[in-house]
Amino acid sequence: MSAQETFGNGKYEAVIGLEVHAQMLTETKIFCGCSTKFGAEPNTQTCPVDIGMPGVLPVLNKKAVEFAIKTGLAMGCRISTYSRFARKNYFYPDLPKGYQVSQYELPICEGGHIDIVVDGAVKRIGITRIHMEEDAGKNIHESSSGNYSFVDLNRAGVPLMEIVSEPDIRTPKEAAEYMRKMRSILRYLGVCDGNMEQGSLRCDANISMRPVGQKEFGIRAELKNMNSFRFIEKALEYEINRQISVLEEGGKVVQETRLWDSAAGVTQSMRTKEEAHDYRYFPEPDLVPIEVTQEWIKGIEAGLPELPDAKRERFVSSYGIPEYDAELLTSERAISDWYERAVTAGGQPKAVSNWMMGELMRLLNEENKSLEDCLLKPEQLAGMLKLMDNGTISGKIAKTVFEEMYRGGKDADAVVKEKGLVQISDEGAIEKAIDEVLARSAKEVERYRAGDEKLIGFFVGQVMKAMKGKANPQLLNDLLKRKLQ
Amino acid sequence: MKLNELTIAGLRKLLDDREVKSREVLDAVYKRIDDIEGTVKSYITVTKDAAYRAAEDAEKAIRANKASPLTGIPVAIKDNMCTKGILTTCASKILDNFVPPYESTVTARLGGQKYLLTGKTNMDEFAMGSSTENSGFHTTRNPWNTECVPGGSSGGSAAAVAADECIAALGSDTGGSIRQPASFCGIVGLKPTYGRVSRYGLVAFASSLDQIGPLTKNVTDAAIMLNVIAGHDPLDSTSAPVEAPDFTRALGREIKGLRIGIPREYFVEGMDKDVEEAVHGAIKRLESLGAVPVEVSLPHTGYAVAAYYILATSEASSNLARYDGVKYGFRAAGKDLLEMYMNTRAQGFGAEVKRRIMLGTYALSAGYYDAYYKKAQQVRTLIKQDFDNAFSTVDVLVTPTAPSAAFRIGEKTTDPLQMYLSDIFTISINLAGVPAISIPCGFSKAGLPIGLQLIGKHFDEETVMKTAYAYEQSTEWHARRPGL
Ligand SMILES: [Zn+2]
Repeated sequence: MSAQETFGNGKYEAVIGLEVHAQMLTETKIFCGCSTKFGAEPNTQTCPVDIGMPGVLPVLNKKAVEFAIKTGLAMGCRISTYSRFARKNYFYPDLPKGYQVSQYELPICEGGHIDIVVDGAVKRIGITRIHMEEDAGKNIHESSSGNYSFVDLNRAGVPLMEIVSEPDIRTPKEAAEYMRKMRSILRYLGVCDGNMEQGSLRCDANISMRPVGQKEFGIRAELKNMNSFRFIEKALEYEINRQISVLEEGGKVVQETRLWDSAAGVTQSMRTKEEAHDYRYFPEPDLVPIEVTQEWIKGIEAGLPELPDAKRERFVSSYGIPEYDAELLTSERAISDWYERAVTAGGQPKAVSNWMMGELMRLLNEENKSLEDCLLKPEQLAGMLKLMDNGTISGKIAKTVFEEMYRGGKDADAVVKEKGLVQISDEGAIEKAIDEVLARSAKEVERYRAGDEKLIGFFVGQVMKAMKGKANPQLLNDLLKRKLQ
Repeated sequence: MKLNELTIAGLRKLLDDREVKSREVLDAVYKRIDDIEGTVKSYITVTKDAAYRAAEDAEKAIRANKASPLTGIPVAIKDNMCTKGILTTCASKILDNFVPPYESTVTARLGGQKYLLTGKTNMDEFAMGSSTENSGFHTTRNPWNTECVPGGSSGGSAAAVAADECIAALGSDTGGSIRQPASFCGIVGLKPTYGRVSRYGLVAFASSLDQIGPLTKNVTDAAIMLNVIAGHDPLDSTSAPVEAPDFTRALGREIKGLRIGIPREYFVEGMDKDVEEAVHGAIKRLESLGAVPVEVSLPHTGYAVAAYYILATSEASSNLARYDGVKYGFRAAGKDLLEMYMNTRAQGFGAEVKRRIMLGTYALSAGYYDAYYKKAQQVRTLIKQDFDNAFSTVDVLVTPTAPSAAFRIGEKTTDPLQMYLSDIFTISINLAGVPAISIPCGFSKAGLPIGLQLIGKHFDEETVMKTAYAYEQSTEWHARRPGL
């Protein structure tokens, strides 16, 4: 066991399991035809079914089952050919029927895993199960409305997957890495947009501490409300320290649900085990069991996209780029697709990687834009690299060209022509400029010849300035050195 | 004979031959309602104006020779089936202001034929009861003796048909709620196979047991009604994707050589003498028509009531959770959310509904689930097997519908267990999901109707109905009317 995996001066080990709720990207809700679009006016995307009116019945959205199977296959799960829904009973205003339709005894997927890389080492995190369920609505409390609260049921009935991990996670960093990988896979599959801020990807954690070497688990707390990767790490770190101090003081950790308060940076008790709901699960009698044929599973499997791990390995082996580059380039399907398009269009693989991870990401981050809204097309980057290769533009000019292309979505050729950025490789023109610079820099020439060779940079800069940066740098260097001799 | 006393089949001919108009039939029905509804109290809501408007539409269709079997026929609907824009209360205070913005599939299908909705009928609150005494509004009276209950929970529908306050009606049957009131009121009541009729828009009591069916003046009308409401509904996942036949074509078929099973567990020492005599007489009559009685055993019958009251109440405890005062229906004030919940449900639900919610909540609780709910499901499987085994040797089963004729109002209200036992012969059928019909087969010494129950295989309503029809054709019981 490495030092990074223990806490409290090496005395304790953390045991962490995550329950992830992922909103599925289906067009319609899981049991009715209402839209799942985010951000509509309250209660405009509802009907008698999701409002829980008397006598209405659920009809299962087949797409939700397909998405759950897809996810299960991507995570190496067994797909149940027979599974069923159950009712989870509790009263809350955002739960219109007084029960949530979920899966309990027979989930759609069981037993799988996700591989994560932490500090350069691969670690396998087990997946216990994946099940389908409906989301609840939202309570809205406004101080201006006095004694009233409001309920928005647009979200009620939006299909969710609950993905439950084995208690295989040992550090907050692993937990965050697991979530990153989870998000990456879900987005690759196109089954969830992974937006943690809007809550389409949510995460609860079960965490307990035990002395190093002990087999039995300690008493666990359940953490909720961690809506970013950073908060997951912070909340778990806080909770590890809290539980260790309780244990060190000879106390006992209480089994309870705790909420992460990101403003205060602490977790706070929400309810204890005694206050926990008895959900009275029982099979949902309004829905027939879900029977999945092998044929259907095979069809879905055949349609699975290449997943991040496989893609990363392929990028390393076929493009010869470093593991580090490949990891970053495959973290999002959109990035990897963009990369491959640029390479296919003739861009040198490492050069494309450098431009993407450098200039492109910098410009996108500056504007908080995603690759999807980027005006610059991968083929255009490849075109620019070609101009660099054949000496039309210098690396320095390329930066200007790139930014111009990024802003206007124009081809490199056009930008170069428009702005007159073609590199000047005409020896006569360069010599003329050099002569002029040397003529008005007699002092510097003298110092250079006396041995201050660093001044070469000064001369290059002056000539470049005179030639508006368009001089072929190699040629300029050679000619300059010759003249100064 | 007055128009309101006719059957669907009888009226169809008169309407199609232009001998009477739909509005004249309605006149007769509403005259009858005006005359006796104060005594019988079958209805919660009478929809007279809407019915007359619908009659104009129906007349147009008839004049255009586009009449369907139910065009222009006045039908009453139990108040647990949602009717768009029309109050649907489930006989509960908690829904006493609920007007559904949607239509149940069964009434939509009746509407498609341009039927005339006479009104929404009384029932035990949320269909929980056997006498309509659990209605949150009033008790319906048996047209044969107004001191007696009409049975329940579809007591309003049964009484309305028996008292000629409509031509036919729909009820729902979770443990006998169509058949027992049909038996008590001397009419025909059919519970189809579970999954035969869509439950969409039927306010749920126990989802795995509820089934909608017709209450009619004879078997032919039951077949006509079933033809309209049967068949797969994409809005109800539990409705079977099974083609529904024309049930009227089964009527009149021979029953010679038909093997009729007599389950010995349904004929026990100390049973009501009048019922025993009437049912034995009916078996003899069937035998004389060529049927072959065979004694069979349904060995797990004794566990049915217990299993039923665990499963039905478990499902009900969850199905009724939505009545929380938040979204629709009755809401009582409270100082916070919890108090609002508690006040709403305490004041909105009646005693029997609360009793069943508590029973079901208990049965599903952590630590009790295995001993109650799970065990009851196992019993249910055994009961299903009992029926499968019996039907491997016989075509149809014959039993009494209820252990007695209608009892007196108030007689069993203080003893819920006695009330539960009035469904002892009907409950197993819902647990097994098979179809069954109750038809009149005699009268008690006190002059109250007695019902005969015929039970069939899954999706074999045809054998049930053909047997019932053959029996009905050879007797006069169904033709007797209460002297109200
Ligand atoms: Zn909806």
